[in-house]
Amino acid sequence: MKVDNIYKEEKKSVFKKVSEVIITMASRPSGFIGLSILVFHIILAFISPYIAPYDFKAVNPTLMLQAPSAEYWFGTDDLGRDVFTRTILGGRTALTITFFGSLIALLWGGLLGIFCGLVGGKIDDIVMRIVDAFLSIPWILAMLLIVSLLGTSTEVLIPALGFFYGKGIVRVARAATHDVIAKDFIVSARARGHSNLSIIWNEIIPNVRDAIFVEGAMRWSWMLLGFSSLSFLGFGVSPPTPDWGLMISNARGLMSFAYWAVIAPIVGLSSLIIGINLTADAFAKALGIDRSTKAPV
Amino acid sequence: MSDIIQKVKNLSIGFKSKKGEEILILKNISTNIKKGETVGIVGESGSGKSTLALAMMGYVKHGLYTIGGECEFNSSNLLNIKSKDLEKIRGRKIAMIPQNAGQALTPNLKIGYQIDEALQLHSDLNYKEREKKISELLNKVRLPSPETIALRYPHELSGGQQQRVAVAMALAGTPDLLLLDEPTTGLDVTTQAHVLELLNFIAKDTGTSMVYVSHDLGAIAQVSDRIIVMYAGEIVLEGPSRDILKRPIHPYTHGLLKSIPKLSLAGLPESMPGSQPQPGTIQDGCSFFDRCNFSEEKCKNNSPQLEYLKELNTSVRCFHYKKLLKEIQINQSVSKIKKNSKDKEILNLSEVSISYAKQKLLDQIFNRISDDNPTVKDININIKKGETIALVGESGSGKSTILKSIAGLLRTKDGLIRFDESRNLSSDLKERDPNDLRIIQLIFQNPDESLNPNHTVEEIVAQPLKLYFGLKGEELKKNIIDLLQKVRLGEFYMSRYPRQLSGGEKQRVAVARAFAAKPDIILCDEVTSALDVSVQAAVLNLLQQLKEDFGTTYIFVSHDLAVVRAISDRVAVLYQGRLCEVGPSNDVYKFPSHPYTEVLLGAVLEPDPDIKPKLVAEDIVEEKPPEKGCSFQGRCSRIVGDICKTEIPPWQLTNTGNAIRCHIPIEVLQKEQFK
Repeated sequence: MKVDNIYKEEKKSVFKKVSEVIITMASRPSGFIGLSILVFHIILAFISPYIAPYDFKAVNPTLMLQAPSAEYWFGTDDLGRDVFTRTILGGRTALTITFFGSLIALLWGGLLGIFCGLVGGKIDDIVMRIVDAFLSIPWILAMLLIVSLLGTSTEVLIPALGFFYGKGIVRVARAATHDVIAKDFIVSARARGHSNLSIIWNEIIPNVRDAIFVEGAMRWSWMLLGFSSLSFLGFGVSPPTPDWGLMISNARGLMSFAYWAVIAPIVGLSSLIIGINLTADAFAKALGIDRSTKAPV
Repeated sequence: MSDIIQKVKNLSIGFKSKKGEEILILKNISTNIKKGETVGIVGESGSGKSTLALAMMGYVKHGLYTIGGECEFNSSNLLNIKSKDLEKIRGRKIAMIPQNAGQALTPNLKIGYQIDEALQLHSDLNYKEREKKISELLNKVRLPSPETIALRYPHELSGGQQQRVAVAMALAGTPDLLLLDEPTTGLDVTTQAHVLELLNFIAKDTGTSMVYVSHDLGAIAQVSDRIIVMYAGEIVLEGPSRDILKRPIHPYTHGLLKSIPKLSLAGLPESMPGSQPQPGTIQDGCSFFDRCNFSEEKCKNNSPQLEYLKELNTSVRCFHYKKLLKEIQINQSVSKIKKNSKDKEILNLSEVSISYAKQKLLDQIFNRISDDNPTVKDININIKKGETIALVGESGSGKSTILKSIAGLLRTKDGLIRFDESRNLSSDLKERDPNDLRIIQLIFQNPDESLNPNHTVEEIVAQPLKLYFGLKGEELKKNIIDLLQKVRLGEFYMSRYPRQLSGGEKQRVAVARAFAAKPDIILCDEVTSALDVSVQAAVLNLLQQLKEDFGTTYIFVSHDLAVVRAISDRVAVLYQGRLCEVGPSNDVYKFPSHPYTEVLLGAVLEPDPDIKPKLVAEDIVEEKPPEKGCSFQGRCSRIVGDICKTEIPPWQLTNTGNAIRCHIPIEVLQKEQFK
């Protein structure tokens, strides 16, 4: 048949698939901007310790609240520390903690959601009510409780954030599973006698992973904001570690006459969040799970 | 000419591919719709028939655009007039009846209100007149007691009634042209026949022109005066309906009519090879070249033009139509199916009942099912090794429910399912051992849903092989290739995903997966109803061939009596989850038969203008089986008295070995039905 040659498509390697998705993402202006911002921040996080012009914790009372100049590009803060140095270093902790936090959220939220969606019935009912109960607790209060009990070390923050941001993913994963579960290929696998685990791994995950990844990417940006809020409240990383949330909190009282000390970390934080959001959006579009498709008429 | 109301001139519609190529969905279509005539547009999915119908009301689907040509209505080209002017035409001059009326009606507005809306928009009547008009319209589409229907919500009506309401709404603007896009496709056989009869009546009564789009030649044959056959975006044949159905002079139509199973012929019809090309794949040459029996070198590189034959009043797009002109009749040859059923029983259902009722807490605790009037009741069927038994009935007759229970997917309430004369199969999936699961495999209706879209064909077919036989590596691959060849697919299909396959190919993969388990019984749930007509026969032939090779037993569920006739050895007719008639397929299709079978047989639409459906019973839909008496009492036209309502009818044997469950004595039935 003629059709054969035209529609022939070899099975692609994972690497090729991923690179294809990234190319599709970058072919959209918004996706390109998002990806560039994200990549810029990630590269910056890796190289900033080597390019930082000053020591981030060097206090110098003679240089307090200097306006931006050729020497101190973003000025100095109330302790005379260089704002530029602290700003380029300030994303590192946030980025690392939230990245691993979202991975944990993705993993437990996704798997639990898929499992509940598949088994249904009483187990599903009970688990979902527990998730609902947790959803009803303001996360920041619960986080404050955990942090004040267990401290603010990375080992506490990552799992705690991962837990609180995974709750929402449970719902998304469960809904995505419900879309697939009624399809005949699942019925067929059940009738053949596959185990639940094999059905989850072989039949469901390939069909829901895209939706869960996109949700995970969105959670990442929310978690960044959440983590920065914690730092802002003094429950994230502890001084003198440079961190955007902490820097905003410190400099906010002096905003009226030393705006530079606030603006630099704000730009850093919001550009990263915008970058992640745009990337997640482009990711969803590239995978074809775009929710903003036009109505037919 | 003044009697032409819609003129389509050189219309081409297409889209731009990712690479920027222009891909045509409709290629240079020209046709006219005359006043008062009904034109049937027939074609497979993807042939462009719906795109053409929508263009006739000035609508081009999102993503498509008009490349050239025009649709002229009242001397204005609908494809480039202002949307304000278009509003005046749509509904008032041209109305559309959608495929699925259930989805086209707003669920939270009353029927009367929705018709009133259409009237407000498309007529100048005042409140009083509109009220009168609503009941007039509902009367016209033969809905019982219009006053009560008008106060109901769409979900309170049956599918057939909803479709009638859609017709009434389309008629509200007294249009000159009615476009019908597969209006009966989702309906039951009996309902479909009733709706078509109504459309015929309306066409005559109001003199409205109709354009009837369908894939079903049987339905088209009942309503149209003229037929347009479309293939790959082109008109390949156009002419008076009788000539086209009786003496098709295009090889595609000819082959199509030959491949449709008919009630009058037992056995499998010839199948057409291949499937319709995807849009954009054929640049030059005849689009039917690959599948044509008459093709020559000439057809490969030259596209035939649509040629008008004056003496036949027919246009045809083929170089070789003269060869077909000589054939006076379609010689449908069928291959008689070999009976290789042995006396050995392979599956026995005894007294099986299945209930969907929500169970009370107490019953849930004791893990039992209690329901006095279960959905499926008293099913006794004895299935012999190597036979094909068909379960036939309308939607809601419980035929798929029985399949699910046999597969262990649905718990039975009572009764036993016995395999191979000795082994009782548990009705709970978890209690069956792997071998019990292996011996029964399922093939589903819609291959789009039954194949995981993220698995390659190789992975799909490998699953049962890995699960039941633990195959690995080279041996696994060899087995997969072997299976693919058995279902006539090449080795190169292994790396493809379902979305890269056509409907027929997907169903073949599903068949290969079922056979991979080396099952004794295969449950086929409406396996051909999602396929195009030209592919259907090929899949049926394949199933028959595999059965002869492997000695498998098929339990075949279908609503299509002609398909069932073609493939099955024995038929069981179900109504409301109760058996009505069981017997060898040759005898079930002959009278005397159960009154319900009679209704079903009467409603079958054949692609022959001379065979009209016989409408025996009303097309009402019953939601629950009656608690006492015969299951068919609500719709039966031969009801004999109170006995039908109080006592369950006895089984009666006809002299051909056919069992009928009815109170009327066989002799009486025979006399009545032969009249």
